Amino acid sequence: MTATQTPPTASTTRTMVAAINDALAIALERDPTTYLFGEDVGVMGGVFRASDGLQARFGTDRVFDTPLAEASIVGMGIGMGLAGLRPIAEIQFAGFMYPALDQILSHLGRYRHRTRSRYSLPMVIRAPYGGGVHTPEQHADSPEAILAHVPGVKVVIPSTPTDAKGLLLAAIEDPDPVFFLEAIKLYRSNKESVPDGHYTVPLGKARIVTEGSDVTVVTYGGMVEVSVKAAEAARAHGIGVEVIDLRTLVPMDLETVLNSVAKTGRAVVVTEAPRTGGFHSEISANIAEHAIDSLRAPILRVTGYDAPYPPFTAIEDVYRPNAVRVARAIRTVMGY
Amino acid sequence: MTKLSAISNTAAPTPDALTDFPRHAPATDIPFQLLAPDGTAPNPDALPDPQIRLSLYRHMRRIRHFDERGWVLYRTGRLGVFPPFKGMEGSQVGTAAALTSDDWLFPTYRDTGAALTLGLPIARTLAYWRTSPHGWHMPEHLKVLPFYIPIATQYPHAVGAALAEQRKGTKNVAMAYIGDGGSSEGDFHEALNFAGALNAPCIFILQNNGWAISVPTRTQTRAVNLARRADGYGIPGVRVDGNDVLATYQVTAEAVARARAGQGPTLIETVTYRIAAHTVADDPTRYRTDADTAGWAEKDPITRLRVHLLAEGILTEDSDAALLKEIAEEFEAALNEADTYPEPEPAEILDHVFAEPTPQLVAQRAEILREVGE
Ligand SMILES: Cc1ncc(C[n+]2csc(CCOP(=O)(O)OP(=O)(O)O)c2C)c(N)n1
Repeated sequence: MTATQTPPTASTTRTMVAAINDALAIALERDPTTYLFGEDVGVMGGVFRASDGLQARFGTDRVFDTPLAEASIVGMGIGMGLAGLRPIAEIQFAGFMYPALDQILSHLGRYRHRTRSRYSLPMVIRAPYGGGVHTPEQHADSPEAILAHVPGVKVVIPSTPTDAKGLLLAAIEDPDPVFFLEAIKLYRSNKESVPDGHYTVPLGKARIVTEGSDVTVVTYGGMVEVSVKAAEAARAHGIGVEVIDLRTLVPMDLETVLNSVAKTGRAVVVTEAPRTGGFHSEISANIAEHAIDSLRAPILRVTGYDAPYPPFTAIEDVYRPNAVRVARAIRTVMGY
Repeated sequence: MTKLSAISNTAAPTPDALTDFPRHAPATDIPFQLLAPDGTAPNPDALPDPQIRLSLYRHMRRIRHFDERGWVLYRTGRLGVFPPFKGMEGSQVGTAAALTSDDWLFPTYRDTGAALTLGLPIARTLAYWRTSPHGWHMPEHLKVLPFYIPIATQYPHAVGAALAEQRKGTKNVAMAYIGDGGSSEGDFHEALNFAGALNAPCIFILQNNGWAISVPTRTQTRAVNLARRADGYGIPGVRVDGNDVLATYQVTAEAVARARAGQGPTLIETVTYRIAAHTVADDPTRYRTDADTAGWAEKDPITRLRVHLLAEGILTEDSDAALLKEIAEEFEAALNEADTYPEPEPAEILDHVFAEPTPQLVAQRAEILREVGE
């Protein structure tokens, strides 16, 4: 097993969920200490089929169904990681992470610190998150701010199939615990040519999705395509929007954000999480702290609302930001 | 020292051990049964009154109708995704029918039938599975909570509600449902322990329907008798044939009576089967074969009781047909009522977050109204 970065030659058109499946297969193939487990990940291949076919290929030792208990899925993974394995746990939906929060807050992020690096915890916890697909109660939550607030854990949220594969392999190879949140809306909605074989996309490096010199839109995950749509609408009005896909929240690539804001002087931050205390506030605070001199307008947030995510099909879409709301925020900062 | 074999899951006492139930007998491995799968009753004197038998039959028919019509309505876009419960009617009716409307019911998404049995109106239930907020307004005369989606988390709530009733000096009890999968969660175990330690009048119904989505019970746990888990918490555990509504009812009624009399909680494992898919949108062929399900259709709880009632003359072919007609009419009337419920307004997503909306919510409401005004 080598960590060399051989430039991939061939590529295949894949959805995001297929790219994730490919990354998991490559990780299991390359490193026999890698294990994949969770509720329904084995026989069924996951409720979204992210682990489809992996149990058949790697066996029931390496890819297995656990009892239904998130605290123990995370807790057991912590023990496996301590003992030298590379556990990849799936929490069926990010909104069902909560039974495991004690393990996450009390232990997951602390082992390196409390053993003075004697132990590291190379664990990845994958979970689908976010709305836009009319799921029942609690299936559409975006708890990334809660996770990002835990010291010692990283948080990754891809928005394209190519990124999903490369970031997931980077997360699996990372020596520290990583949350890998996958926007349910994106699982099958976008396809692209994804390099075959092993490659990584480094954690902590944002991606500039569209370039522009008037407004910076900072976002991630399911809100990237929404923001790009808004940017296209703005371009029709002669406004140049630079959309930045953060890709990782922890560590955050502040440099890319600040460079962009220095150029544009305006920032809009877009997430689908509730507004109060969200990660958008963290991004906004950083821009205010480090780029106040370049700002020509207040930083605006476009977010979900301070209510539980509504499972009411008829009005669910009111909650989740759409391109119209983002475009309006862009116009507002332009007209300030 | 207790010999290991004494606490293993393989010892199989006879169902007679149930007669010791009030004195905290260990759960038996053979599920308690009053009606054999062919509808015969080896011990007719042990059966509940004919009126009760007929009423249990009526409830099972009524919720089966809901389940069957639900599939059709789903396929024609008139109902959202819902988890069917076909085959589990004996388990849901037999347990919920032992309560009164003064008691608490904490149902999971699977327990539409139990909630209907206790009196949740069909129209509201349809509204719930249409993802309408009208399905979340529970009737004032019932203490039924909206179906719980996060698994096991309502178990400690039921203990709290039971304890509150006890402290208030009522005889009311709380009943909470869970699946075999859900009984792996920590909340399940903590709730059983709390209820035992605090002597809460709580009845825990563990519907062992063989599957947690794609995971069979044997992958879920090495235990084969989930009722025995009660032993670890010092409370009675009873294993009952969940497809035998008479047995399920009798065991539950006894547990409810014990709880009302101040004798504390009971865990009841109803051994049953999920005949259909996990939800109407699930594809069970990915994880189970016909061989896995074979035999369960023959254990159908409704057919079993029907054969018995016909043989006893408690039901006739004619009265059965009249019952089905009445049930179908009731359902269609409720469906019509549900059709009159208006779709929610956009700003409703911000309703009911706090008793008084915060300044942020007031501002966000104005924002939504501006939003949809365009
Ligand atoms: C805390 C939590 N984790 C995961 C899920 C996703 N999930 C929904 S149903 C289910 C299986 C439940 O099985 P069981 O408890 O046996 O009940 P059944 O569906 O068979 O009635 C799972 C894993 C959830 N709803 N809540």
